[in-house]
Amino acid sequence: MAPFDVSGLSTLGSALVFGGIGFGFGAALELAGFGDTRKLAAQFYLRELTVLKVMFTAIVVAAVLVAGAVSFGLLDMSRVWVNPTFVWSELAGGLVMGVGFVLGGFCPGTSLVAAATFKVDGMLFVLGGLVGVWLFGETVGAFEPFWLSGDLGRLTIQDWLGVSTGAVVLGVVALALLAFWGAEWLERRFGGGTAPAPAIGRGRRLRLTAAAALAVAGMVLAVRGEPTAEQRWAWAPHPVHQLLAGRGAFVSPAEVVALRKDTALSVQVLDLREEHAWNLFHVGGARRVDATALSESPELRSLLEAPASTITFLVDDGEARSTAAWRWLASRGAKNVYVVEGGITRWLDLYPAPACVAEKGAGEGAGWRFAYATGEALPSSWPELERSRSFRLPCATASLEDEGEHRWPEHPFTKKVKLQVRSVVKGGCG
Amino acid sequence: MATAREPRPYLNPYLAGTLLGVVLFLSFFLTGGGLGASGALSHIQTGVERWFAPGHVDRVAYLAEMGGAARNPWASTGVYMLVGTLLGGLASGLVNRRARLETRKGPRISTRTRLLFAFGGGVIMAYGARMARGCTSGQALSGGAVLSVGSWMFMFAVFAGGYAVAWFARRLWI
Repeated sequence: MAPFDVSGLSTLGSALVFGGIGFGFGAALELAGFGDTRKLAAQFYLRELTVLKVMFTAIVVAAVLVAGAVSFGLLDMSRVWVNPTFVWSELAGGLVMGVGFVLGGFCPGTSLVAAATFKVDGMLFVLGGLVGVWLFGETVGAFEPFWLSGDLGRLTIQDWLGVSTGAVVLGVVALALLAFWGAEWLERRFGGGTAPAPAIGRGRRLRLTAAAALAVAGMVLAVRGEPTAEQRWAWAPHPVHQLLAGRGAFVSPAEVVALRKDTALSVQVLDLREEHAWNLFHVGGARRVDATALSESPELRSLLEAPASTITFLVDDGEARSTAAWRWLASRGAKNVYVVEGGITRWLDLYPAPACVAEKGAGEGAGWRFAYATGEALPSSWPELERSRSFRLPCATASLEDEGEHRWPEHPFTKKVKLQVRSVVKGGCG
Repeated sequence: MATAREPRPYLNPYLAGTLLGVVLFLSFFLTGGGLGASGALSHIQTGVERWFAPGHVDRVAYLAEMGGAARNPWASTGVYMLVGTLLGGLASGLVNRRARLETRKGPRISTRTRLLFAFGGGVIMAYGARMARGCTSGQALSGGAVLSVGSWMFMFAVFAGGYAVAWFARRLWI
């Protein structure tokens, strides 16, 4: 599934791919007339709204194509770079750029095209741009807290409003068509017919057809909605399916304990059981998460964006809910997520609670029964700690060698956790 | 009267926009990232600065991220894209007979004034672009297409800033 992992490309391959995209970018800008500063500046005097028309058309077309590709399982949105939202610096930077736009008559991309077609003003603008980025690098230290303020991370309109992607795309299409209609009206009102007649695609019918096509595409996306969990799982790459089938995603509690000792890693345990089971016993430092909450935005996002050194373990009584949650997360592209093999039952088999507190139920696969809620107060919750003086036990047990000290046997395990680093995708302006 | 030397007319804006949108989509589809220009300027500037003051580049965190120590500021995907943009613009300019040495300006100002303002505008524009973490292409176009909240806010801020000073700067253009 796209996008492709471009971090593995050779220098030449990378130069060809990105250079090729840049070529299309430059050509499209030049064809639109953005090499001519007057065409750009005219936007601000309402003589000619080419800037608005071209930009908004491009955004809408790309938004429909991106959302469509995601909806049909061709593109994995979790691996697409979405510009992070920094409220204040983006607003301030935007205002400053607007001023620069009117005074200088270009934006960075268009000035490149102007310079490439030998416009002297374009070349001077590019030179000024180099000075501007230099100035910024030298001065950002003075207002760094401001530059980093209002950080909302990766935030899309659909996440923010809590609606479907299709609905937002449909809204954007409607907004664009309205803006185009308004732009045509303004040009007739203020342009005075001075706008040069474009060569191709002037026909009214062609315009209406294109507008209708966009509207229909938006509606299809809005109705079709996001892919279902089953569809996403079916589209997940083969190695991910292999992790489930070959049980590569199921990690022995002993390996979890070994990893918890590694201070270079951040190991988190997400407990998917009900609250009463959680109160009776849970793994030390674990977090109780409702299985349905995992599929929703804040939880899912924090897992998808977790730093590369974070390993997440899902735990259930057995494996039912944790496996289902794993399937969902893996199909959304979450990395370094595993299921605790055998769940809490197996955990307690390896690191048993004192007999006076809990006993294992009779029969194959039966869970442990606790006399009262222990939370994470038992040594069984923290098997990685060899010395835990703070544990106050209600009864003396054989598993404690002497007061306040316990040692568990080293349980053998097959190492399954392989830390995966997400390929970092950044936008061209990053 | 169109002669063979006369520049060809520009493309219909909606058609050009569609073309740009398809390129933008391909960028997302192939690489996972959008288009951009200002980031590459930053890399080039860091590269140039490194020739003169390598120690300085290593010390300033913002610069070191791009070109400190063993990092090569030139070998950046953004720089490749920038070179492609220049070539694409040149190719289209040549084909459509629009590549010629000239200065485009408003009717009421001298070429010198235009060039001064182009340079100054470039400084302001690039400063703002770095502050906003992206330019019109990297923020407004790319972030807009993937429906980033910040990018849409940014877009409105650019137009607001532009319209706010347009009246005072009208001598430059009309």
